Amino acid sequence: MKRGRFLNLCLLLGYAFLYVPVLLLVATSFNPNRLTTVLSGFSLRWYAALWADDKLIEAALLSLRIAALSATGATALGTLAGFALARFGRFRGRGAFAALLSARLVLPDVLVGLSLLLLFVQMEQTLGWPAGRGALTITLAHVSVSLSYVAVVIEARLADAGSELEDAAMDLGASPWAAFALVTLPLLGPALLSGWLLAFTLSLDDLVVATFVSGPGASTLPMVVFSALRLGVTPELNALATVILAVVSLALGGAWLLQQRAGRAVVPGRAEA
Amino acid sequence: MNRSAVLAPVWLWLLLFVALPVVIVAALSFSTSIPGVPPYTPLLRSPDPANYAMLTDDAFYLDAALKSLAVAGVSSVLCLLIGYPMALAIARAPDRWRPLLLLGVMLPFWTGFLLRITAWIGLLRDEGWINAALQAVGLPALRLLYTDFAMYVGVTYAYLPFMILPLYARLSRRDPALEEAAADLGADPWTAFRTVTLPLSVPGIAAGLALVFIPAMGEYVIPELLGGPGAQTIGRALWNEFFSNRDWPMAATVANALLLALLLPMVALRARQ
Repeated sequence: MKRGRFLNLCLLLGYAFLYVPVLLLVATSFNPNRLTTVLSGFSLRWYAALWADDKLIEAALLSLRIAALSATGATALGTLAGFALARFGRFRGRGAFAALLSARLVLPDVLVGLSLLLLFVQMEQTLGWPAGRGALTITLAHVSVSLSYVAVVIEARLADAGSELEDAAMDLGASPWAAFALVTLPLLGPALLSGWLLAFTLSLDDLVVATFVSGPGASTLPMVVFSALRLGVTPELNALATVILAVVSLALGGAWLLQQRAGRAVVPGRAEA
Repeated sequence: MNRSAVLAPVWLWLLLFVALPVVIVAALSFSTSIPGVPPYTPLLRSPDPANYAMLTDDAFYLDAALKSLAVAGVSSVLCLLIGYPMALAIARAPDRWRPLLLLGVMLPFWTGFLLRITAWIGLLRDEGWINAALQAVGLPALRLLYTDFAMYVGVTYAYLPFMILPLYARLSRRDPALEEAAADLGADPWTAFRTVTLPLSVPGIAAGLALVFIPAMGEYVIPELLGGPGAQTIGRALWNEFFSNRDWPMAATVANALLLALLLPMVALRARQ
């Protein structure tokens, strides 16, 4: 299999492209020397500096709060949207509904950011709400960005599962709401979690939309990192990246192990995302 | 279940936070910049197409559009060239390896956009890893950071997972019997790939190209951090009109032009099908 070997070589080179920059960054973060490529021993100097950087920690806490809130909102609305798309057939206005829902997936960030900022400014002019811009407007903006992604995840899961179980529940006398709460939601469990996590990550990662809709006083972690990057990389940012990488790897590794174990115990041979 | 109880909140949200902002951007593009809060003449009071005349008269905007086309075009083709063999190799890997291989593609994506750019700055800067390696073997140092090259590499790196995932989704559904049939009928592996696998994966290629090309067209962060002052893209033009020049109507005009440039080809494609 000459071609199999060629493909595997491509895969190896691809992973090298993805990981070599990240691994060099991790190595740099433990280097006490300010000149990053002169490795002169092992030190946690930049981690101490990171820990002492109140501005960065405050921004990280704000980002986590916005991410948790907006992910919860996006999961609630996205579940309704995904349920409607998967179960309501050809309802009136479905085309427009789906188009508006997917608009966020195909519009560049600068467009989304500018258009939402203008909306908030106009709303403040005419309704007096939201007063000013900050954590609240960033959260609202992130809900409307992530909602589309959650809807895709939920719709795919429901389409996969089929509606037989809900139909059976209703045949047996459950009201539509009872069938939704007792059958559909438990069925959606893992998809709800992955939708929430996706929305959470999108929010944590967003710089452009947040910068547009934020006001003075509300700086998220990406905003602080970006303004530091414009002045040049500080070794502290390498330490921050390493911490995030470690947390994400542990979380993903743990989730993968759990899934492997659950997959073997419950439905052998069934890989489920 | 009462369908409108499910649909109403989502409709309300989509109309308020997706449709209305786009309408406001369109209206604002016909307004004029004035000092004040908000810094523009009242919407639709006296519509003036002067901003659009500026868009076509000033060569700056045309150059920015061409630069963005180059960034999006080059990086989506690079993503395809790197991502296709990777996706194919993962799709052909043994079942139990696939989730782990996919996780390997996704892991850098979950660490955060800005921190991945940080890694590339550490690699490309004048005293960075690449130049250190070049000098170690006696070669002259190169100017890499703040060049178009850095921008292309950065965009390709950032969007590679968006190419691999739809390609993998398509390629993993392929029927191995078709390739075996081609081989039985005397096709060498390359011919079998060219006449069977490749044509069947065209929808995955189209989805991957769209997922890379569209966000890359509006990309602001990577040209700003890696591209240097010469890399004036549409995303940067919009950002600077808004944040540096404080000319909100002009920013809205650029946004509107970008929106039309992205949407019209999609609508035309949809109409032809």
